Amino acid sequence: MATPILTQTVDLAARFPGMVTADARPGYTGFIVNKENLLEVATAVRDEFGFDLLSSLTGVDYIAENKMEVVYHAFKTTGGSGLIFKVQVERIDPIEIPSLTHIWHGLEFQEREVWDLYGIKFTDHPDMRRILMWEGFEGHPLRKDWKEAFYEEEVKPYKSRWPEGKHTFAEDKNPFHDNLNFPKDFDPEKYVVDKEEDLYASLERHTMKDEAGKMKTDSVVVNLGPHHPSTHGVLRVAVTLNGETVMGLKPVMGYLHRNHEKIGERSTFTQIIPYTDRLDYFNSMSNNFGYVTTVEKMMNIQVAERAEYIRVIMAELSRVQNHLVFIGMLLNDLGTMFTPALYAFEERELIVDIFEAVSGSRMMCNYYRFGGVVRDVSDEILQKIKDLVFDRLPAKTDEMERLLNENEVLVGRLKGTHVLSAEDAINFSVTGPVLRASGVPYDLRRADPYSIYDRFDFDVAVRHNGDMMDNYLIRFDEIRQSLRILEQALKQIPQGPINSQKPNYQIKVPAGEAYGRIESPKGELGFYIISTGKGNPYRYHVRAPSFVNLTAIEKICIGTKIQDFVALLAMLDIVMGELDR
Amino acid sequence: MYGKGILKGLSVTWKRFWDTYIDDISWAVSGRKRYHSEEGVKHRSSKNTKGIFTVQYPEEQLIVPEEFRFLPFLVYDEGADGKKEVRCTSCGICAKACPPQCIWIVRSSDPVTGKPVATPADFYIDADICMNCGFCAEYCPFDAIKMDHDFDIASTKRSVYNLERLLKPASYYAEIRPLNYTMEEEARKAKEAAKAAKAQAAAAATATPAA
Amino acid sequence: MENEKLSLPNYNIPEELENVVAITTLDRLYNWGRRSSLWPLTFGLACCAIEMIAAQMARYDMARFGMEVMRPTPRQADMILVSGTVTKKMLPAIIRLYNQMPEPKYVVAMGACASGGGPFKEGYNVVAGIDKFLPVDVYIPGCPPTPQALIAGLIKLQERIDKDSLKKVRWYNKEKKDGNYVPMPILGPDLIDVRRNAEIRDAAATKATQESA
Repeated sequence: MATPILTQTVDLAARFPGMVTADARPGYTGFIVNKENLLEVATAVRDEFGFDLLSSLTGVDYIAENKMEVVYHAFKTTGGSGLIFKVQVERIDPIEIPSLTHIWHGLEFQEREVWDLYGIKFTDHPDMRRILMWEGFEGHPLRKDWKEAFYEEEVKPYKSRWPEGKHTFAEDKNPFHDNLNFPKDFDPEKYVVDKEEDLYASLERHTMKDEAGKMKTDSVVVNLGPHHPSTHGVLRVAVTLNGETVMGLKPVMGYLHRNHEKIGERSTFTQIIPYTDRLDYFNSMSNNFGYVTTVEKMMNIQVAERAEYIRVIMAELSRVQNHLVFIGMLLNDLGTMFTPALYAFEERELIVDIFEAVSGSRMMCNYYRFGGVVRDVSDEILQKIKDLVFDRLPAKTDEMERLLNENEVLVGRLKGTHVLSAEDAINFSVTGPVLRASGVPYDLRRADPYSIYDRFDFDVAVRHNGDMMDNYLIRFDEIRQSLRILEQALKQIPQGPINSQKPNYQIKVPAGEAYGRIESPKGELGFYIISTGKGNPYRYHVRAPSFVNLTAIEKICIGTKIQDFVALLAMLDIVMGELDR
Repeated sequence: MYGKGILKGLSVTWKRFWDTYIDDISWAVSGRKRYHSEEGVKHRSSKNTKGIFTVQYPEEQLIVPEEFRFLPFLVYDEGADGKKEVRCTSCGICAKACPPQCIWIVRSSDPVTGKPVATPADFYIDADICMNCGFCAEYCPFDAIKMDHDFDIASTKRSVYNLERLLKPASYYAEIRPLNYTMEEEARKAKEAAKAAKAQAAAAATATPAA
Repeated sequence: MENEKLSLPNYNIPEELENVVAITTLDRLYNWGRRSSLWPLTFGLACCAIEMIAAQMARYDMARFGMEVMRPTPRQADMILVSGTVTKKMLPAIIRLYNQMPEPKYVVAMGACASGGGPFKEGYNVVAGIDKFLPVDVYIPGCPPTPQALIAGLIKLQERIDKDSLKKVRWYNKEKKDGNYVPMPILGPDLIDVRRNAEIRDAAATKATQESA
């Protein structure tokens, strides 16, 4: 297990006596901040202690203690371990906590998510609406006392499947014979449908009059999506336009909210692994990696040496594949009509063939296990990977560069559009290639090394302008660096066992909390897990890079042209499976 | 010069255009079959592939790797007089390990004594819930449930597979996963040999004091 | 003519005319036309959409079946490939798209999620199968189905189309003029299927009496 390069402990409790106490629960770390002093402490955390990147915020429902908790994970963009601080409030509605969006703008969506799923209101939040579910939905689903319509048992495995085997379909147990749950005395005919006035009110709508006060002009509200060929899935964006200029913009999401966290809290630790595949479905290997390292952190187990190399090889292949598809899709959205996408998918197919050969599935690999990987990579497959890494991919990356990098039309479209400055990027908690394109060399493989990345010689790709062109070019840089890592890993990979643990489908994880993060191709992929020592997690939260990166979209977009917006979505490289979870 | 970048890009597409013909012609000249042959499909999935990349499914198919997994199936051994000896003992580990809980097993009991019998009375997998993760096959201690290669299973109705639909012979398993099959058979033989040796040793041990 | 799906078997055409003339029925001609140019709606929901894109790309090339023309607008599409998890929030949009498609239209449920809810079935925001709202023609299991499995499923759809008869198809049936219109569900406290209003009201009332009892 790699140790962070910078282990600096900040004692908040000593700095703010009476306001902050250290979290003394066994297995927990961090500090508990009084609700009243949250703003003051948070400001100090950012300005005094230098934790400028607030990576994750999430809620926890401690129903037994009758408490709700909000957990903040702050990090430094210079690297090192993070600072965890928490706020606890009584579990009596209305639950209110001051919003920290004015300190870290990147919290906007995450706070809305906590409101949606936990019913914790953040006072002073600029736009406190539901985010994943629709307005009018009954209840806050992640609360422990909220049961879904197909609720069967608290935890898996369900007894009805075994040993009696008297399975009835979930539909048959439900009074509506469907995945439905209505409050008592509900009358559908009298229900008033939410007209989404709050959403449109949150957009700035301008009504202008000419000087004589006669002619009124109104800006146009346009809804892009949820079914829109460019949005990379089912994202909807409501925009107000003045001509072609974007005046206000709000993304609406949740169209692929598959209740990953609720299902995760019900599943056993092993059962979650295949579910993580379906987060960022381009990079199931990276998702597995993030989840598995987090649980290993809690279990405190060593990973088999050969497995570490296999893991890195698979994660980096996944990154290469993701960035190639990114390039193809970005160009597709800019109107090159398929050629780059066709070329990119050709390479992707070859990489996906390798995933299929080692794991059995092209996309949903389910390949990592606690302590190692599920099966060994045969020499034949290793040779195939070597063929790709040493011969084919470098040449094909060059070809891709030759294809359009100097194309005057493309350069004209990309250069200088959608600039995101470094300060804004950090403040909006943007991570991954988008952050590095605006000049912040923050890559978790270097900033907070996990697995065996500290053994490889590679550079953190950085570009400095933060515009679309740099975002496009940085993907090429990253492919090159990934290939460098792959070359070294393939040369160094040792023989040996591929798992340090015995195969076991029912593992127990010691009680406590852990936040594990890896550099996924999209950014910082974090998993926050609380275990109570049982077979399934008490709280399971995914800090999805796509979701947090999207917070900056409003900032980037306002004042630009609507035509470039489609390209911007491609540039942020969002994946809905991960964004909505 | 303005337009140089565009020309550079066009040279790439131009080259790829001619590549299709060059590759086809070179295969034709050397008398090998680029299409509808295993060699051709292999070439098109190798690092040297250029030119036409398409695999003409259904006329020709990609060679699926041994580990490829789609839906699970149950293995039975063909006993004497063609009786199906189902390997499954209805222990329920697959149903427990299944992440979306799409497996359920009906245990059978002896009609005379009423004691449970180690063969399932029925075995269901909801094919429209199964997430093809392969956990059932991975954790089955009896090598009774395995992941299938057959993907051409689209139907016009929603499908819940029962025991009858799920059963496939061990010979089919050996055919789709030869390496795994031989590995498991060897392991099983070794285990049986060890068991026999142990029994022999135990018998010898009990025999010695008597003698 | 080469296409055995179009020509009627057992009609002896003189050899010199074999590539020129086909003897067929109107049904066959009609079905042949339908099956050979199924334009899908560009409609990706989740993971399966990526495999759908992969199936469109060079390696699998759905253009070989006349299915390469992905139409972003439902008004020009023949087939909706429901590729991925259908959530309650997304459902009204899907129904709206379906209602906007002109007849003849086909629905393919791609992957476990669209067919029966899939691994996410128990989720509170997931519709357990699109067949609760749309008439599905072909179900393709798999999570996700590989591009080859998708193409195999689409071939099944073509086979289904081959069995159509002009006399029986629903879009020429005058009595069922509006037969395939699906009323829009409403997003209330949960998803309200307006066809089931009475049932929902009754069940909610029963719940209230049960709780008070």
